[in-house]
Amino acid sequence: MSNVSTNAGEPERLQLLRVLGPAHVWALGVGIVLVGEYMGWNFSVGKGGMIAGLVACWVAGLLYTCVAMIDSEVTSTVAAAGGQYAQAKHIVGPLMAFNVGLYLVMAYTMLEAANAITVGFLLDSVAGMLGHTGLNQQPFIVLAIMFLAWLNYRGVLATLTFNLAIVAIAFTAIVVLFLAIQFGVSAVPLDFSAVTEEPLPYGWVGIVAALHFGLWYYLGIEGTCQAAEEVRSPARSLPYGTMAGIMTLLIAATMTWYMCSGLIPWEYLGQAGTPLFDAARVTGSTWLMVLLFIGTMFATLASANGCINDASRAWFSMGRDRYLPSWFGAVHPVYRTPYRSIVFLVPIALIFALGAPLDQVVTFSILSGLLGYTFMTFNMVMFRRKWPLDTIKRGYVHPFHPLPTIILLILCSTAFFAVFLGYGTQLIAMMCFYIIASLWFHYRRYQFVRRGDQFTMPWPKPLGY
Amino acid sequence: MDVWNILEYLAWALSIMFGALLLLDLVRIDTTYDNALLTSSREGEIEATQERHTI
Repeated sequence: MSNVSTNAGEPERLQLLRVLGPAHVWALGVGIVLVGEYMGWNFSVGKGGMIAGLVACWVAGLLYTCVAMIDSEVTSTVAAAGGQYAQAKHIVGPLMAFNVGLYLVMAYTMLEAANAITVGFLLDSVAGMLGHTGLNQQPFIVLAIMFLAWLNYRGVLATLTFNLAIVAIAFTAIVVLFLAIQFGVSAVPLDFSAVTEEPLPYGWVGIVAALHFGLWYYLGIEGTCQAAEEVRSPARSLPYGTMAGIMTLLIAATMTWYMCSGLIPWEYLGQAGTPLFDAARVTGSTWLMVLLFIGTMFATLASANGCINDASRAWFSMGRDRYLPSWFGAVHPVYRTPYRSIVFLVPIALIFALGAPLDQVVTFSILSGLLGYTFMTFNMVMFRRKWPLDTIKRGYVHPFHPLPTIILLILCSTAFFAVFLGYGTQLIAMMCFYIIASLWFHYRRYQFVRRGDQFTMPWPKPLGY
Repeated sequence: MDVWNILEYLAWALSIMFGALLLLDLVRIDTTYDNALLTSSREGEIEATQERHTI
């Protein structure tokens, strides 16, 4: 068998395929996130007005720049599938790793479900515009999940090359809309009078409330490190792909706020389902409308595609370490994908996509993401303390440590408060779920873990041990 | 029945097809290959062969 690895005296092993480059890493990270530019972010404008929307855009951008910098350093050193799960396992400990693994799977599976719901909503909108009412969205929601799961099952190179193509088109659509507006294609001129007339309609608390939805611009960029075991050169590709990704998103987010806030009155923008598509409709240009509809659809599919990829890698890694039944740690002998994990997560995504309201699904996804970002702060501090810069080689060293960590912790705390203001019950329910899962892992599951096998990095002993 | 109704049926049919492809291949692989081989993947292989964490 040609696609297995063997060492002298050892049985043959199946491994994930190392075929990806920096562009695929970019496509994975931006692909998961770019849908946030097409929808969702605009609720921040509804919560606090235009200025609050812009502040949320840039404050969340700062938060995620810290995430990208911290993540690039750690993941270029802990190059394993599972991303932050593998980082937590090596740097903090098994219980933290189990929780981080669950955060990842929950965040990505919920986001996948939310994207599938959005595909159904978009097609329903188009059907309505073309005169068909009462479209049954369910078959399209199911098809989006089944097709993308099948694509992921068949191989990571095809999956992320597909993502690269559709993300490039979706990003280009935003740039084209921006340029078209600048060159006077729009029938309606940009109007920012609300910035001076109603700068903060709900006061300063509106800015805090807006921050919750400002996260949508960038939520998921940290997903790049799930590809660590499938990139040809993790130490180079992961930092390149991740940092290029966050730069792309900062540009796209600012352009999006500028165009939508200038074209759509803030009272309407704060409630719009598809703000970029609506901005294209306001321009009165049919070809811009078609382009932005395609962009919206592609961004949604790219996000769901990346989420399936990332959730399955995290689940697979936990199965491989026996944090979950080892059955999930299987690799397909031909396609070299974590095929059992991919198939197992399909019905879970379908249950949420068909049975839960969109805002609840997205809130649970954001909460799991926020817990993961909070983990990154003390993970980074422990990483630098246990293995200082002169003890192990990193693919990337982020500057100004510990400043990004402190900023990230402050912003995470603020974002938790913002979420608590709107979704306190869900926040408490989520915390209870993770506490119960932790108790199960500690008292029932950890006995099955091969403790020595789970630490694989050939690092020197940590400082102080 | 308009084109959207036809698309609904088509989407159901394609969903069933992709689901069947996934499940049939999973069963085929699980019955053809030894489970020990399928779950033989180990984390960190690249660390031992390519990446060097020494300065």
